[in-house]
Amino acid sequence: MNVMMLLEMASAAFPERVAFTDSSDGSSLTYGQLFSAAGRRAASLRQSGANRMAMLDVTSVATPLGLFSSAWAGLPYVPLNYRLTDPEIEALLARVTPAYLVTDAARHGRLGGLADIAAATRHHFLDDTLHPEDHADEWSMDPDEIAVLLFTSGTTGAPKAAVLRHRHLVSYILGSVEFAGADEAEAALVSVPPYHVAGIAAILSSVYSGRRVVQLPSFSAEAWLDVARRERVTSAFLVPTMLARIVEALEGRRTADLPALASVSYGGGRMPLSVIERAMALFPDTDFTNAYGLTETSSTITVLGPEEHRAAASSADPAVRRRLASAGVPLPGVEIQIRDDMGRVLGPNERGEIYVRGEQVSGEYEGRGRVTDTEGWFPTRDAGSMDESGYLFLEGRADDVIVRGGENLSPGEIEDVLLEHPAVRDAAVVGIPDEQWGEGVAAAIVAKPGQSVTGGELQEWVKARMRSSRVPQRVVFFDELPYNETGKLLRRVVREWLGTDQGA
Amino acid sequence: MQLKTGARLKSSVCDGEIMVVKAPAGPVELTCGGAPMVETAPAERGTIHPDHAVGIRIGKRYITEDGELEVLCVKAGDGGIAANGQLLLQKDTRQLPKTD
Repeated sequence: MNVMMLLEMASAAFPERVAFTDSSDGSSLTYGQLFSAAGRRAASLRQSGANRMAMLDVTSVATPLGLFSSAWAGLPYVPLNYRLTDPEIEALLARVTPAYLVTDAARHGRLGGLADIAAATRHHFLDDTLHPEDHADEWSMDPDEIAVLLFTSGTTGAPKAAVLRHRHLVSYILGSVEFAGADEAEAALVSVPPYHVAGIAAILSSVYSGRRVVQLPSFSAEAWLDVARRERVTSAFLVPTMLARIVEALEGRRTADLPALASVSYGGGRMPLSVIERAMALFPDTDFTNAYGLTETSSTITVLGPEEHRAAASSADPAVRRRLASAGVPLPGVEIQIRDDMGRVLGPNERGEIYVRGEQVSGEYEGRGRVTDTEGWFPTRDAGSMDESGYLFLEGRADDVIVRGGENLSPGEIEDVLLEHPAVRDAAVVGIPDEQWGEGVAAAIVAKPGQSVTGGELQEWVKARMRSSRVPQRVVFFDELPYNETGKLLRRVVREWLGTDQGA
Repeated sequence: MQLKTGARLKSSVCDGEIMVVKAPAGPVELTCGGAPMVETAPAERGTIHPDHAVGIRIGKRYITEDGELEVLCVKAGDGGIAANGQLLLQKDTRQLPKTD
């Protein structure tokens, strides 16, 4: 079992088909070219004496080449966050040496001299004339070898390196993608960073289905809309903040006018109801799919499909309509449980921590071993509940749930209500210390440009729609909320802001 | 032979190759075109047994009736895969929404 086998199959079935196109410079690789280039780079990697391959660069056609040549050579592929500072990167590189490093020219100059690093620029890595003529010998089929090491965006302490073995990634692909299921006209627009698990999953599932990938190295709503139109993109994956920006850029328009765009999937965070409802109106012919997953689970574990989106959006039954805000149901072969603090399994609609089990679930970190229990269950640290029909509702990170006077409050629910207010552009709700209740509810708000609203008005707005315990006792306005580069809200920072009241 | 999940096996009578997706607990005689499947293809190929000439298609999955054994065809061939003499069945795969 090896992810290289997925590319080998695609290359045998449709060698001439374009596999990857970089929209920033127009360069592209067919499946046949990618397979052959991977075999030759694998020979270079084996000659280098490295035992890891580190990729420190924006997305390009070198991204899939790095992933597949590492798999062929038998080295774990380690994509690094290029937004980190040099000292942060040096600290991560020191954990993966001896390594073959592919990076941009500027960083190659600064980092290339480090001990136990064989560095190549992207240009060098992509230049066929600088690599052996012959493919490396066969790749290993040992399913337990490490395919990818992904540093997770830990908000506290040193980043953890999640271990994804070949069996996790191949199980995920075989369980969720039909081989050669895409026709030649299909194209997926990939704008998530290459060091995000969704970026890895996008490469593997597109290759196995035979769908061309159009890469957008640097996301902006305008660039995304432009490339989607120009390349006649048929599917795309977005994190919630990206879809929110696209919806915003289309403000005042009746539709997005992207007739080729058959499907959009989103995940990587909680999608505000107001954004998805607006998106469905702007993209009337597009299928929406919500995917929930984690780095440690090889990406997606639950899916809310297009039919379920439409059924929920058009239903008069509040229990069915609510499912639009759910993460859907588990993929085949994936099991989910909700457990309380004591580890007891909870019933329908009871809130607790989400546990997951399945072939694609790794739950392992380098140097720390597995954090799964004896029966293979991985504690996600995400809070949530499941309804009677098995639809999963996310409540945010388990650590983010606000405990007010013994009652558990979900920040997301309150944020959804605040975001429905016509003058609110963005909202974050966190718990703050409170003498009477233990924790109190506080909201950080970004108003829409040119609109004004007061804290008192927003408190009234929530009070009219939710139980009084949900009404923020403190509302502070800011120009922007803090997000990391993959669109994850930095609640820790919001908590600091609201604890010290440094609003605009 | 005792099959291992993730192992890649070749036909000794045609181009067919498979990967074991799910291995049964006990040993099983896995054949393609009626001849044993092997790790390294022989220099000289045997002939396909006419009862086992149903062929395998790349990307398709094949299972035993009890579902204890499942293989993925990674290279198409003219022989059919059988476990202990019984031809495997092609597994229907459910189309899932695109997620990434």
